[in-house]
Amino acid sequence: MTLWDYLQLTFVQNALLVGVLVALCASLLGVTLVLRRFSFIGDGLSHVAFGAMAVAAVLGLSNDMLLVMPVTILCAVLLLAAGSNAKVKGDASVAMISVGALAVGYLLMNLFPPSGKSNISGDVCTTLFGGTSILTLKSVEVWLSIGLSIVVVAFFIFFYHKIFAVTFDESFAAATGAKTRLYNLLIAVIIAVVIVLSMKLVGSLLISALVVFPALSAMRVFKSFRAVSICAACISVFCAVVGILVAAAFGTPVGSTIVVADIAVFGLFTLAGFVRAR
Amino acid sequence: MALLSCQDLSLGYEGKPILEHINFEVNTGDYLCIVGENGSGKSTLMKTILGLIHPLMGKVQTGDGLRQNEIGYLPQQTVVQRDFPDSVSEIVLSGCQGRQGFRPFYSKEDKALAWENIRRMEIEPLAKRCYRELSGGQQQRVLLARALCATRKLLLLDEPVAGLDPKVTAEMYQLIADLNQKDGITVVMISHDLEAALRYATHILHIGARVYCGPVQDYLKSETGVHYLERGGYRQ
Repeated sequence: MTLWDYLQLTFVQNALLVGVLVALCASLLGVTLVLRRFSFIGDGLSHVAFGAMAVAAVLGLSNDMLLVMPVTILCAVLLLAAGSNAKVKGDASVAMISVGALAVGYLLMNLFPPSGKSNISGDVCTTLFGGTSILTLKSVEVWLSIGLSIVVVAFFIFFYHKIFAVTFDESFAAATGAKTRLYNLLIAVIIAVVIVLSMKLVGSLLISALVVFPALSAMRVFKSFRAVSICAACISVFCAVVGILVAAAFGTPVGSTIVVADIAVFGLFTLAGFVRAR
Repeated sequence: MALLSCQDLSLGYEGKPILEHINFEVNTGDYLCIVGENGSGKSTLMKTILGLIHPLMGKVQTGDGLRQNEIGYLPQQTVVQRDFPDSVSEIVLSGCQGRQGFRPFYSKEDKALAWENIRRMEIEPLAKRCYRELSGGQQQRVLLARALCATRKLLLLDEPVAGLDPKVTAEMYQLIADLNQKDGITVVMISHDLEAALRYATHILHIGARVYCGPVQDYLKSETGVHYLERGGYRQ
């Protein structure tokens, strides 16, 4: 089969569509997260989602999103909205929640193996690294991704200046009357939603890459918040397309392939940054 | 009525007071320097005035038609800002954010105001430059221009000359003095530099174990002032 034949298949088309949308959302949020020193929040929240999925599996919930989504959103709000006033500071609190949720989730899955599934380590591996679940999307999930992506992109455009102000200097923004708490809350909720969505794509472990790499690559070369945001979105979409096509053609794991594409682009942009600085 | 008045103010974190029963007023046109030892609560006081921290007791009132969101603020630089990828003009423009409400984009008036303040701080040639490539003094001018976008009346400055070399420090003080004298903007500044505080300020607020608030001349004669000046090695 040639690449063209692959593109005729509905499930590949779905995977491409959802992959592009999720990558777009993750990279847009990535810019503000990286600048606020919350690079690892993607990793942390995805582990929380993993823990919640384990609990849902143990409880035998048919639709685990009903549990996973609220739990992840709650953790995101706790981490981000607490901000600089928290007793346990940013990186430490992310690490704590992340490792804690992972351990509890894995422990529960071992203690109470979900009925009908004997291969726990295989299951865990799929949740962590994504496996091929993006190639088996249901149409409901495709529409859900489309809807949420529209919300995220619209939020980013309409709140662009507010996100900028809160990212650059939260205390100044709050002092001069901006509703920083509300914006932080909205950002946290959206991040949680994007992360739960992108677990389908690259799995729990590799989400940080989706959040961090495009933003960092763009920052090597561009010097304004707007240019960095747009460039990060383009890089992320490009890498998602390349990654999915390569994965479909060569049978490699989708998530890892996308991340390798992101790493390659980061290398190129770092070089470009050096050349430009000369 | 005073532009800003603090009545029986107690402040601190998590119910533990750092400062208690502070009373002072700031009138239009004043240049007030807040001095005191490290950890005496200068920054906490400033954050309480700005409404970032709730006072434990007492209240902060604004008068003379000044609203809470019309106070310009120059905070100490944070780690995030030092390598932030953005242009000077957009950072200055973000000073208008407080008045935006839920409007998503800046108006023509906002942009005009931003440019007016960029010119006022003499940073026009830098307007398109990236913030992280500027020197410390230039960055402070950018942040001062941003603060001026948020206010026409009152500026709160938290150690505006920290980390600047002597020449740039002198320029910065002159700039602030001009804003106070020529443009009639009231200034409240936290400072460790007592010499400059005594030269430029009209009033001193000394906080710590002893509290003093009043005109500079009287501070030099007061017990608190004499004690502090001697410890700092200053002699008249």
